[in-house]
Amino acid sequence: MPGQTAALARLRLLLRPVAFIAVLLLLWSVAVRRAPGHLLPGPWGVVGGIVDLIRHGLLLKYVVASLFRVTWGFILAVVLAIPLGLAIGWYRRAELALNPILQILRPISPLAWIPIAILWFGVGDLAAVFLIFIGCFFPLMLTAINAVHSVPAVYINAGRNFGLSSAALVRRILYPAVVPHLIVGLRITLGIAWLVVVAAEMIAVSSGLGFLIVDARNAGNRYDLVVAGMLIIGLIGLLLDLGMQSLENVRSFRWGYSED
Amino acid sequence: MSRIQAIAQTMTAPVAIKTKLSVDRLSMVFERDGTRTEVLNNISLEVGDGEFVCLLGPSGCGKTTLLNAMAGFLSPTSGEIRVDGEPVRHPDPRRIFVFQERGVFPWLTVEGNIGFGLSRLPRAEREQRIAHYVKMVGLQGFEKTYPQELSGGMKQRLEVARALAVNPDMLLLDEPFGALDSITRLVMRGELLRIWEAERKTIVFVTHDIDEAVQLADRVVVMSARPAAIQRIVDIDIPHPRDISDPRYLELRDGIFRQIGLAHKI
Repeated sequence: MPGQTAALARLRLLLRPVAFIAVLLLLWSVAVRRAPGHLLPGPWGVVGGIVDLIRHGLLLKYVVASLFRVTWGFILAVVLAIPLGLAIGWYRRAELALNPILQILRPISPLAWIPIAILWFGVGDLAAVFLIFIGCFFPLMLTAINAVHSVPAVYINAGRNFGLSSAALVRRILYPAVVPHLIVGLRITLGIAWLVVVAAEMIAVSSGLGFLIVDARNAGNRYDLVVAGMLIIGLIGLLLDLGMQSLENVRSFRWGYSED
Repeated sequence: MSRIQAIAQTMTAPVAIKTKLSVDRLSMVFERDGTRTEVLNNISLEVGDGEFVCLLGPSGCGKTTLLNAMAGFLSPTSGEIRVDGEPVRHPDPRRIFVFQERGVFPWLTVEGNIGFGLSRLPRAEREQRIAHYVKMVGLQGFEKTYPQELSGGMKQRLEVARALAVNPDMLLLDEPFGALDSITRLVMRGELLRIWEAERKTIVFVTHDIDEAVQLADRVVVMSARPAAIQRIVDIDIPHPRDISDPRYLELRDGIFRQIGLAHKI
């Protein structure tokens, strides 16, 4: 039956990465057993670490804390950087004025802002949110500026031809034309936010997955918890990216991702 | 059918038609990085109401620039363009520009594109108009389809439908069939003529294809290489539908070939 073969093919496609992960886990546990010492906890040790975290109610608490900071930093950056970037891209003169400053601020790692974040906001959530905001703001703004530039003049002219006012031009032409580019930028930036939160939590706060990793090391070299934390960060990062990626399948956005 | 009616039907353009569009000593100079490029040189042209005029010239000669100026996208360096006696200063929905390709909005469906210029109409009327033009360009069954899933010919028909839906007086078409394969191009010319005969819009059609111009136009405006000037205006006095093996057709076509300076032997 064709339906069955398709299902089988999908299963086989799924099986390959699963098998690869299984092989890796096997190699990992063999390697750890062969070279005992302090190189790395084995896979079972990490599972034990995760169970430990769940039992103490820390896993959910830390995940929520990290996601909370990422959400606020990211949303603030989106709300400010995208309209600003679109406006700068739209008004050529604004861009000429602002571009040099942007180009200087952009290559500064968000981590370089840590001392200033602590100076301004103290040790706490606000500092972490600020660092994530900074990490997202510049890439998002540049995405928005470039997205405006990439809109073909044909669309703008067609809009003007149908008698659209400037406001309508922005709403009915510019906005739909840039959305596919913005989604790509949002996806990349959310990844950055998730990278930055871990670093921010190592320094500026005492909860979250980044804090878990430094705390586990400082408080008695619990490397099983360190690796457990890393694994969870990776998994959540993957889920966040898949969520953003699913936006690319919205029918009225899909044109932006085709080769044609 | 009486003989008078028959004669009236064979006439391509009525005599003494009202002037719709007039171009008066238009020149266009672009300046970029300190170099001046003269694109259009002292162009004067009148287009009658309901007339089909082709601007014919080599690629890059400036005919698209002329069309852009007629649409109001570009303002002339000197001279003036008037529509119904009013100077053209900005784009206007009464004259819709149909772009070379990719002019349809990819984020809207077929319906959304055709209805783009109709947002001020009441819903029922808008839907009725959309349905009318969907049918006119033969896109029934594709109302909810996005342009990405349409063929090149369908996209171009969609753009023509979007233009017609706002009921403009004039269509400005910039090599609209240039990107299509030759068979689709022939079909599209027939479709455009059918629509033109039904709606009697004034049409200015830019092309570099001599056959296309002679098949479609009431008058062919032959333009020189840059800076473009009008070399000659040829009346195509053959009724539609035109027989492309008709001696008069061949005579007119060969005349234009000679005018442009091409031997028509390969």
